[in-house]
Amino acid sequence: MTTLRPLSLMVNGETLTCFAEPRETLADLLRRGLELTGTHTGCEMGVCGACLVMLDGAPVHACLLFAVQAEGSAIETIEGLTAKTAIADLQCAFHDRNALQCGFCTPGMLVTAQALLARNPQPSRAEIRDALSGNYCRCTGYEAIVDAIETVARRRAAGEVAAAFAEEPA
Amino acid sequence: MNAPLGALDRPNSYIGRSVSRPNAKRLLAGRGRYVTDLVLPRMLHAAFLRSPYAHARISAIDLSAAQAMPGVRLIATGADLAKLCKPWTGTLDHFRGMKSPPQFPLPLDEVLWAGQAVVAVVADTRAQAEDAVEAILIDFEELPPVVDVDAALEPDSDRAAAGLDDNLCFGLKLDSGDVDAAFAAAAYVVEEEFHFGRHTAVTLEPRAILADWDASEGRLTVHHATQTPYQFQDLYSRHYGIPEASVRVVAPDVGGSFGMKLHVYHEDMAVVGLSVLAGRPVKFVADRMESFISDIHARDHRVRARIALDAAGTILAMDVDDVTAIGAFSSYPRTSAVEGNQVVRLMGAPYRFRDYRAELSAVFQNKVQTSQYRAVGHPIACAVTERLVDMAAARAGLDPVAMREKNLIPDDAYPHASPTGYRFEALSHEKCLKRLTVMMDYERLRAEQAELRASGIHRGIGIASFVEISNPSPAFYGIGGARISAQDGAIVKVTPSGEVRCLISVTEQGQGTETIIGQIVADQLGLPRERVRVITGDTEVTPHGGATWACRGAGIGGETALQAARKLRENVLSLAATVLQAKTFELDMRDGVIVDLMTGAERISLAEIARIAYFRSDTLPPGTSAQLSVAHHYAPQGYPFAFTNGIQGCHVELDTETGFVHILKHWVVEDCGRIINPLLVDEQVRGGVVQGLGAAFFEECRYDGNGQLTNGSLADYLVPMACEMPDIEIGHVETLTADTALGAKGCGEAGTAAASAAALNAVNDALSPFRASIAQIPMTPTRLLRALGKI
Ligand code: FES
Ligand code: FES
Repeated sequence: MTTLRPLSLMVNGETLTCFAEPRETLADLLRRGLELTGTHTGCEMGVCGACLVMLDGAPVHACLLFAVQAEGSAIETIEGLTAKTAIADLQCAFHDRNALQCGFCTPGMLVTAQALLARNPQPSRAEIRDALSGNYCRCTGYEAIVDAIETVARRRAAGEVAAAFAEEPA
Repeated sequence: MNAPLGALDRPNSYIGRSVSRPNAKRLLAGRGRYVTDLVLPRMLHAAFLRSPYAHARISAIDLSAAQAMPGVRLIATGADLAKLCKPWTGTLDHFRGMKSPPQFPLPLDEVLWAGQAVVAVVADTRAQAEDAVEAILIDFEELPPVVDVDAALEPDSDRAAAGLDDNLCFGLKLDSGDVDAAFAAAAYVVEEEFHFGRHTAVTLEPRAILADWDASEGRLTVHHATQTPYQFQDLYSRHYGIPEASVRVVAPDVGGSFGMKLHVYHEDMAVVGLSVLAGRPVKFVADRMESFISDIHARDHRVRARIALDAAGTILAMDVDDVTAIGAFSSYPRTSAVEGNQVVRLMGAPYRFRDYRAELSAVFQNKVQTSQYRAVGHPIACAVTERLVDMAAARAGLDPVAMREKNLIPDDAYPHASPTGYRFEALSHEKCLKRLTVMMDYERLRAEQAELRASGIHRGIGIASFVEISNPSPAFYGIGGARISAQDGAIVKVTPSGEVRCLISVTEQGQGTETIIGQIVADQLGLPRERVRVITGDTEVTPHGGATWACRGAGIGGETALQAARKLRENVLSLAATVLQAKTFELDMRDGVIVDLMTGAERISLAEIARIAYFRSDTLPPGTSAQLSVAHHYAPQGYPFAFTNGIQGCHVELDTETGFVHILKHWVVEDCGRIINPLLVDEQVRGGVVQGLGAAFFEECRYDGNGQLTNGSLADYLVPMACEMPDIEIGHVETLTADTALGAKGCGEAGTAAASAAALNAVNDALSPFRASIAQIPMTPTRLLRALGKI
């Protein structure tokens, strides 16, 4: 159970070879092994969405996948998505609208939002709420999150491009 | 003591402005630093063996197999930790007659609820610690569990814990006026028995703690996901006998708290001792299953209540009996009696009647402890009161709005003393009601409801007025002997470059504490907000204070910051006057520049003043005192609490075939005094409403007859999700408190206080054509179908 298995995968654009116990989840590998603590765990059973990451471009629950199952895949976490400014507009809109409080759900929310807008660029509010049905947030009451995603959908449709999120003053 | 508000009301004031939170950017980029994320060199991990029984005696523990497991560094039992840690008792002196069994980090010989931590294993990894837990052998001798509150109060009942004479933790009777006479003279009486389920906080980040005992210096550092670092500094110091100045508690980013993370948990106390025993940092993060069986639960009340009315529908009197089940211990240090106490004192709070009687019984049973969680007691008192008011309105043939217009305390009748012992400085129930009916377009909703009923669509409209306790003085805990501060402290200092840092004792869990403190300091000093940095959550650097609970961050913390900033401003201006050979009163600071008060002409920058003070004091006249750091404390004075008020409306559609309720829309009108940042206030209120709607429709810790929690996972325990929640419209009325210059009161609990009451009234309104009703939350589809007589 505790023998380490070699594993190679791409994380945030870098090819890595590392070792993982067969029982180790992808969430644990990212958080402990790779220090990518922006991926959170809230339930470790696939219902809260705090651990969502992109795997080959689609959102997956990092708590439901064993690390070894990610062999050969390309993973993107909140850190990687931030660095390549893929979600800068979402981050700005969340910030402006105060669509987060404690921020523990936020990385997962952003991953869901990004995936939603990729498959449905102009979702209705009901569709946004529906897409968020696997993302638990205890703090915000959700409305601000729905507003922020709606704003980004509109801005993207109008062709607006956001500057890198981190470069903007507070 | 209301100072002139000039600066607060300036058109470009930061106070009252919706600005976003500078510290939220880090969280958005995945750079939050939660205790869950922290790693220290040589850190070990703790896991706990937990009791499978609700009540049992520990007859034997065999650790030999576990000790031989890989990675295991230490295994500790209750006896091991009791040698280091003094036990604690969850009582407060001002709750007379209250009792509770003494508590140890881990039990010595008796377990009192299913899930109680019994033995701790410390290992190199959490997985290894969990593996070793599996290898521990314990002989439990099962004892009869106490699970039912009525049975618990029978004289010959089993006891929830050895040594208890009976299962009553705390009883309280209130009686004012002549309730019997009022009921005897009443034209009619409405009464109901209410049931409020147990639910729990379910913060997305579970409880997390990392204790680091350094024997070489005799220093304890605890990284603790909590709202109240000072309270824990005091507790770790006293219970482990470590001088207070050698204990540091750091609360970094905290993934939600809502009251849950300010109680003493057995595992947390144990982790401190484990670090002492191991001589290394020890970390414990509750997993979600552990959270459900060890985080405090909340509510769990059965309330029988009635109100007496005259023929015109005027409320004359109220009579209440609240029985609340609190688990096997009263929690520490805030006890498990505060909620019940607030339930019986907040009953009927928005209304004018004078005769009131209440009885409270807080009862022990073998379940997880209940204690303070967001809006302590408010949702119970509000739901009971507001439902009875609606029932009374129906009896009197009045619309619920008219009923409230008739009975609410008029806005011009303040100050007002409630028959339950509270004093209200100034509330605005009438204004809020008026505002709500406009926002809801109440008349139109009623017309639409009637129309839709004809076509078999059953909508319900519910409203609920509320009062919220905020800005608590020492009357809350201090007088009961608890070392929980009602005051806060701030240090505001100018850096050599002319920036400002504010270190303050109120804490941040995402509600925006640091943001509003920054707004206040920037505003009062006359600086751009970007040049103020606010630091919270570390007992080593911020002054001692109460931190964040019971809605005190803006009201008390904000006033502390305001007074501290005003003091610093005086110092800066007087130093500038010396440098400029001017008079202090002729100067002002705007945008970081000292200017002529009258003309606005720029004289010298704050940065230049700071440079002179720090590096060229030789150029100042002899005897000049350049004090560019100010430490200041503020304790609430005047009213023991600053009460706030408001009203909520809820619009639902009930599917009478399935029992499902669709929440169409929710409204809140809220009066928290001066609003520092409307954006943050609104989101606090929305988040609070959703927690209240969760309680109303979904959330319940369900137990079987053996005291086993049967739905202790996030898949089985239902929480409100985005797709079930409505848009929430918010309006404000601002009635300032005159007790502070800032005039702010709390807003964090307002949403939760009345959301479930408004929902309960809305669902009952939808049920009314069927002559059906419900008086229990959560209002699950099963319960609604039962109310409709369909099952
Ligand atoms: S931690 Fe993966 S879904 Fe909750
Ligand atoms: S912001 Fe705290 S859980 Fe969503």
